[in-house]
Amino acid sequence: MSGCTDMPVLRERGQHEVFCGLTGIVWLHRKMPDAFFLVVGSRTCAHLLQSAAGVMIFAEPRFATAILEEGDLAGMKDAQDELDAVVERLLARRPDIRRLFLVGSCPSEVIKLDLAKAAQRLSSHHAPHVEVLSYSGSGIETTFTQGEDACLAAMVPGLPATEAANLVLVGALPDVVEDQALSLLAAMGIEAQVLPARRTGAPLAVGPNTRYALLQPFLGDTASELDKRGAARIEAPFPFGEEGTTAWLRAVAEAHGVDDATFEAVTTAPRVRARKAVAAARDTLAGKRLTALPDSQLEIPLARFLARECGMVPVEIGTPYLHRAIMAPDLALLPECRLSEGQDVERQLDRVRDDRPDLTICGLGLANPLEREGLTTKWAIELVFTPVHFYEQAGDLAALFARPLWRKEKLDFADRMEAAE
Amino acid sequence: MKLSMWTYEGPPHVGAMRVATGMKGVHYVLHAPQGDTYADLLFTMIERRDRRPPVTYTTFQARDLGADTATLFKDACLAAYERFKPEALIVGASCTAELIQDDPGGLAEALGLPVPVVALELPSYTRKECFGTDETFYQLVRTLAKPCERTPEVSCNVLGPTGLGFRHRDDVTEIVGLLEGMGIAVNVVAPMGARPSDLARLGAAHFNVVLYPEHAEAAARWLEREHGQPWTKTIPIGAGAVRDFAREVGMLAGVEPRIDESRLREPWWSRSVDSTYLTGKRVFLFGDATHVKAMARVARDEMGFEVVGLGCYNREFARDVRALAKEYGVEALITDDHLEVEERIAALAPEMILGTQMERHVGKRLGIPCAVISAPVHVQDFPARYSPVMGVEGANVLFDTLVHPLVMGLEEHLLAMFREDPEFHDAAGPSHHGGSAPRPAEPDVPRNISGTSKGADVVVWLADAERELRKIPFFVRGKAKRNTEAFAAEKGLAEVSVDTLYEAKAHYAR
Repeated sequence: MSGCTDMPVLRERGQHEVFCGLTGIVWLHRKMPDAFFLVVGSRTCAHLLQSAAGVMIFAEPRFATAILEEGDLAGMKDAQDELDAVVERLLARRPDIRRLFLVGSCPSEVIKLDLAKAAQRLSSHHAPHVEVLSYSGSGIETTFTQGEDACLAAMVPGLPATEAANLVLVGALPDVVEDQALSLLAAMGIEAQVLPARRTGAPLAVGPNTRYALLQPFLGDTASELDKRGAARIEAPFPFGEEGTTAWLRAVAEAHGVDDATFEAVTTAPRVRARKAVAAARDTLAGKRLTALPDSQLEIPLARFLARECGMVPVEIGTPYLHRAIMAPDLALLPECRLSEGQDVERQLDRVRDDRPDLTICGLGLANPLEREGLTTKWAIELVFTPVHFYEQAGDLAALFARPLWRKEKLDFADRMEAAE
Repeated sequence: MKLSMWTYEGPPHVGAMRVATGMKGVHYVLHAPQGDTYADLLFTMIERRDRRPPVTYTTFQARDLGADTATLFKDACLAAYERFKPEALIVGASCTAELIQDDPGGLAEALGLPVPVVALELPSYTRKECFGTDETFYQLVRTLAKPCERTPEVSCNVLGPTGLGFRHRDDVTEIVGLLEGMGIAVNVVAPMGARPSDLARLGAAHFNVVLYPEHAEAAARWLEREHGQPWTKTIPIGAGAVRDFAREVGMLAGVEPRIDESRLREPWWSRSVDSTYLTGKRVFLFGDATHVKAMARVARDEMGFEVVGLGCYNREFARDVRALAKEYGVEALITDDHLEVEERIAALAPEMILGTQMERHVGKRLGIPCAVISAPVHVQDFPARYSPVMGVEGANVLFDTLVHPLVMGLEEHLLAMFREDPEFHDAAGPSHHGGSAPRPAEPDVPRNISGTSKGADVVVWLADAERELRKIPFFVRGKAKRNTEAFAAEKGLAEVSVDTLYEAKAHYAR
């Protein structure tokens, strides 16, 4: 079955109703407790971060914005000196910080503020206590989860070299999920490290004998940085649902010469558990038509899971960016449907209104307006914050999509009862 | 550069969005990069709007820079006009587009659209959200308001309510009702709910009621100059201000200042004996200038609190707020840095905070009750129920809002009488925090607990004294601690014993 491998892709430009890469900071800083993310940007950037971070902002989070002021733009003050002063103040306030990321924004990039140079300078100034790195999370360069890609890609060149044939799992997952992945692999006799490591100084190295497997689909730049270091990617569909997780584990197991008996022994019980957990939501989801608007690049593997394991019928699956090579295994498994890359939001919404899918995955700016039009929606951002990968989360993942449909059924039923009285 | 973790105000283009989203028949074309659409969800989620804000973003990307961002803008403008057929268009740039120096106004004008196009100059690197609302509304009024005959009957406009405004929806209902009750017709409410055609007939009103100077003062001043309309200066928050407002409106309209007070319960509630314990509660106020100014009066004159500090985040009103602070005998805090606000609150150790959602979190951290009186607010402060803060019902709402976070009088007595009982002992935590407020460890050695780690005036609390301090109900403990330390410093004592604690108590007895 070739699935969507050869499907033409509708490429659109126009208004994108998406977050920029800065948003990635909100989950990345949770994953790296010794890191601080300093955005160099405008008040808009600060406002975006606080809107995306919700109540987290009140818990003294490890991110902030150095807000550019008139003087920084007019060349009245040396922006690099200003930045040094801000970093000085920040590090004095937070002595626990070991890694500092200078994160570029649209304004800092348009005024061509050289953050790479600043990172180098600050790194040597604050060595060995603090390592300073830089990457771009700007809207002109990155969409939403691409911010994580840019961050991880920035870390790769600085990783120590090794000749060892080690395995690196790439992508920030909630600790509970990461631990499950590591213990499944350990049970097959495979030792793995994770990028990003929870703390700096963790023994993570790359070299020509390194193999890596992606945990998230949006890591194209990180993958090519790893390729540059000579590491080889293990090709696999992404570990969503029982099928996705099994296929992912099998690809890693095969690369490490694990025999079938061991693989079956390790995976049989959790596979049965995962299938059983998904079954509860499958009754609700089966036969329902699905549209996903572009957001995180998770859309294709999730649609694959929803179609094959929950019986949903994909109508249009949009993604902000389609990396052909990385997505190939999932595309091959996805039933034929309309694929779109990029966005012209008004035209895409016209298609949604024509299609009238039973469930639309979309951002928070669109969800309530579409609900008012009588469509049922699942807001997408939750999918990057909630533990959804691997076996034990398969049921939770299916339930995330079933819940809006359950809810609609309940409230509509109540309405009908009232009307009947 | 300014290090910032949290901001009280968004950028000015968010202010422009608040005006556009509040109105009908207006569309905003915003020259902005990918990602700036995040602001849509403030309206669809926090305010729970069931429609997308009427904003089109050009979504330029890195590859467009230096090439055709101007064309991109023009195309977006045309497409937005074709699709939405607005009665008026506003165009402008977000912070990044401001740097690339396309001229949205000139570009839009060259398109020759058959509707008025209002170009906005919103300096993103020097001004903020409230400037954006005020300037946008002013520019719309300036462009759209036409010379017109006064209405035969006495009438007014109600100016200032916007999208994403703290309680604007219900304030308007309350104040329109109050005005109509006095026999004054409401000509136009704007920006919220108004169309461009409504703005055209603003001049027909006899005077203007300005509910939120942050959002409508520039427009009101222009209307005063060009259309000879005076405008109200009293903000009708709290029973006293509502009566003053009625008098001011009555004078402008030439009618009797009548208010239906049959449902005004706040003054009696506040006089009833259960409210006696509110007397002299030390409060700190922070928020936008309008709400802080109005609420300071409510706090002191209607609730009987003692105002120990106040401030605002919008510098546009710094002078007003400084003058007010002087009147209250306190120092004004004009800042948009929440850490400074937190420091001030910690230093003053008030028994209650009236503030924004940020102060609510500060209160939670310091174990001080807080009521929200000003934007920025979160989703729970856009309630489904009717809850104005202006007018007669607003006064009732405020009484409840200010009292609920405080422990009720009876509970306060119980705390004092049965402080060792399982439900009331210290480690149970304040009930209104669900017992979740931070609980410090039991002291066993003398230590410095005053929060100042350096300097000569370090006061060490002996373990006994610290234990005794814990027995004081949490809502007055901060004050007791501060007084005791001040007393010890005055006496040149380096240690606080139980005796020092009680000597200080006697010294400061009020």
